[in-house]
Amino acid sequence: MANNLNSNNPNVEYEYRRRRNAEEMRHQVISFAISIFLTLVAFGAVYAGFDKWFVVPVILLLAVVQVIFQLYYFMHMGNKGHEAPQLFLYGGAIIGFSILLGFLTIVWW
Amino acid sequence: MSTIAQKRGFGAALWDYLTTVDHKKIGILYIAAGGFFFLLGGLEALIIRIQLFAPNSDFISAGLFNEMLTMHGTTMIFLAAMPLLIGFMNLIMPLQIGARDVAFPFLNSLGFWLFFFGGLLLNLSWFLGGAPDAGWTSYASLALNSTTHGIDYYALGIQISGFGTLMGGINFLVTIINMRAPGMTYMRMPLFSWTTFIASTLILFAFPPLTVALFMLTFDRMFDANFFNVVAGGNTIIWEHFFWIFGHPEVYILVLPTFGIFSEIFATFSRKRLFGYSSMVFATVLIGFLGFMVWAHHMFTVGLGSIANAIFAVASFAIGVPTGIKIFNWLFTAWGGSIKFTTPMMYAAAFIPSFVMGGVTGIMVAMAPADYQFHDTYFVVAHFHYVIVGGVVLAILAATHFYWPKMFGTMLNETLGKITFWLFLIGFHLTFFIQHFLGLMGMPRRVATFLPGQGLDAGNFISSIGALLMGVAVLILLYNIIVTSVKNEKVGNDPWGDGRTLEWSLPSPPPHYNFKQLPLVRGIDTYWIEKMEGKKEVTAAEPVGDIHMPNGSILPICISLGFFIASFGAIYRQEHSWGLAVLIIGLVIAFGSMLIRSLKDDHGYHITKEELLNDNDKGVRA
Amino acid sequence: MHVEQPYTPKTWPESPERATLEGKNKFLGFWLFLGGETVLFASLFATYLALKDKVPNPATDVLAKDLFELPLAFLMTMLLLTSSITSVYAIYHMKNYHFKKMQAWLLITVLLGLGFLGLEIYEFYHYTHEYGFGFTTSAFSSAFYTLVGFHGAHVVFGLGWIIALMVRNAKRGLSLYNAPKFYVASIYWHFIDVVWVFIFTVVYLMGMVG
Repeated sequence: MANNLNSNNPNVEYEYRRRRNAEEMRHQVISFAISIFLTLVAFGAVYAGFDKWFVVPVILLLAVVQVIFQLYYFMHMGNKGHEAPQLFLYGGAIIGFSILLGFLTIVWW
Repeated sequence: MSTIAQKRGFGAALWDYLTTVDHKKIGILYIAAGGFFFLLGGLEALIIRIQLFAPNSDFISAGLFNEMLTMHGTTMIFLAAMPLLIGFMNLIMPLQIGARDVAFPFLNSLGFWLFFFGGLLLNLSWFLGGAPDAGWTSYASLALNSTTHGIDYYALGIQISGFGTLMGGINFLVTIINMRAPGMTYMRMPLFSWTTFIASTLILFAFPPLTVALFMLTFDRMFDANFFNVVAGGNTIIWEHFFWIFGHPEVYILVLPTFGIFSEIFATFSRKRLFGYSSMVFATVLIGFLGFMVWAHHMFTVGLGSIANAIFAVASFAIGVPTGIKIFNWLFTAWGGSIKFTTPMMYAAAFIPSFVMGGVTGIMVAMAPADYQFHDTYFVVAHFHYVIVGGVVLAILAATHFYWPKMFGTMLNETLGKITFWLFLIGFHLTFFIQHFLGLMGMPRRVATFLPGQGLDAGNFISSIGALLMGVAVLILLYNIIVTSVKNEKVGNDPWGDGRTLEWSLPSPPPHYNFKQLPLVRGIDTYWIEKMEGKKEVTAAEPVGDIHMPNGSILPICISLGFFIASFGAIYRQEHSWGLAVLIIGLVIAFGSMLIRSLKDDHGYHITKEELLNDNDKGVRA
Repeated sequence: MHVEQPYTPKTWPESPERATLEGKNKFLGFWLFLGGETVLFASLFATYLALKDKVPNPATDVLAKDLFELPLAFLMTMLLLTSSITSVYAIYHMKNYHFKKMQAWLLITVLLGLGFLGLEIYEFYHYTHEYGFGFTTSAFSSAFYTLVGFHGAHVVFGLGWIIALMVRNAKRGLSLYNAPKFYVASIYWHFIDVVWVFIFTVVYLMGMVG
């Protein structure tokens, strides 16, 4: 991978990379905390015994949000060099979604 | 290992093919194995047509007929058409994009051997109690109640083969994305490589639902699960959904490389660049995408309801549009060109009307209300044979002629090729055209015999004659292959004289490292550009240097053999006490071999600059 | 450049997993495989949703609302989610060329994964023996065990993979040859956690609301 760093001084580059890695790590810990929070909310919604027509869409939405966080922060899906991974993962998700839709509507009638 | 030709014994040559990771040799293995299974599938077809020569025939029993039709379909699609096309994609695509091999040579070999052992497993069922007999579609209600182990061989054989295909798909995708030569942007790739790319995407997304379906069938039959068992709450329609979610993209996996092959042939033998390159690429992508949205058009009569039927019908019509764009582009490529009717070009010319006929009957069966009449009759049989034989098989025969010199350095005889072509084409239309009318007259498909005096006698008779003609044509092709191999007259890098793309700039066959120097690509039809400027070779993108090559390995055979052995254990587990042990031993062999591969480093070897410079084929370009 | 040459933290490339062609290929090939796995698990989820609560005798047989319990599902989720962040730490150290710290965090990941697996084995045993809810009991049970079991099989494979990497490379340190291997194993581990997010939502939480 080409280094898009402007300095010719390896020490400076090294410092920059270390800081950037540390910053990414901070983002990831925050993502982890958010994931735990979203999980707690989802479990809480079920525990609280709300109506299922409210709970089910909410927990599905929470799951999707948490997965987006994990894909983008833990798995770096938004970073440079991930165009093909994004294309194929969203492609798989779209096809998977159409399979789910089919199975929920035209298996039992 | 150097490029100097070595005099080798048969044992050494055999070991080379058993352990090779070279995409060209693996391509030849795929084509040879696919060709063998094509003959098997053709034999099964002949037996079917002999049984149907006349009414009330008892040439074979009804039970055997069911096995024959199941194996004909399964063999032709999974073990003949797919491997033959994968073989050509494997061989030609890296050459076309200027790569030295595919991204994962070891996985390439593993993919082939998994396919081979899966096909072997499936065909052993003939000798071990009976072949599967529930159709190539193996609908769950029938399949669960099949009394022999045939369906088990089907489930596991195709599962193992399918893993190999999936690997091949990923391999081709990574190769095309990461390993194109300098200057080869996506929109400068030859159409055959584009169709390889989209077909591989379809493989990636279509095979997992089949994997799930086959696991469920395996679990229900061999491990007492209840997915399709209605009494326990199961639903047999689930099988149909998964099978066709896979099955429809599957036919596009077959037809897109077909389109790619004919794109190359039309441009080459019209001596004119492909018309509408961008729209061809766009149409290919659209066909690939839409192919996933139409699966329930195979299920119109299941009772999904008129809304579902309507949605899938309209989506199915939509696919005709990009396909039509392609047909017009091929015609416009030929129009105004300087056409040379070589054997491949004749196949291309015959493909246009034959495939379009299949396409328009496809639109007919896509009309859901009309399909209530067509479904499960010979009309459907006629439709899909028109698109598969008139499309895919003609392409495979054309590619065999077109790429034979690039594979083996010799040229198949043109006269014999044209005889094969005419006999095959006439036989094909004779067999299947009449079947449209047999279907319209009410003859159901998959029936072992029919009654006399119903107006079906003449049609079936003619259809069977056509099949015999196709058989003769294939025999002549085999004779052509033998004669060519015996004569062994070598040809140069561009034997057709009009090669436009990079593969024709390489010797026939290419050296094992493909390109001494990676080529610099300056536009579409790279080699043609250089030829028009009077150059003999493509501009190089790098100086001559050491080339890193992968080592061969026997482990792919070991891994595949392990799964093959495990399958027997799974199949006979419920009746024999040795079943579980064999299952475990097989899995240990398979996973153990994988572990050995992971733990033992293999960095390959280098061909040195000196060896390359000593090579006789071509000089060094600055 | 020889692929196993030693580096220092300063000379170690920015994205070591993609610094070689082989690394780039493995990186991309694995993401593509995950695209296929997405469709695979979507199919398993679709089957599960279609066969949820489909039993021979709805009045008497075990249904989702009878079976699943919040505490166990929550604990398993926490273990797997935490193992995901620990593997992130491991790769962070890999990027900084700290081999020993990477190995340490990978070990913690493996231990958390083993904890998850132990709980899942207990869970399956519990359902089979206390509730009579086995693989062959009903369509619903077959679908449940296949979906959750396939995920569990992926966890087993992932643990074996990471352990094999750790053992094999224990004496070798980091190089451009094994950096892609560690990276890809870590991406696999994250994906397993992503699938689990949907499993605990669709199977356990939706199972309990009815």
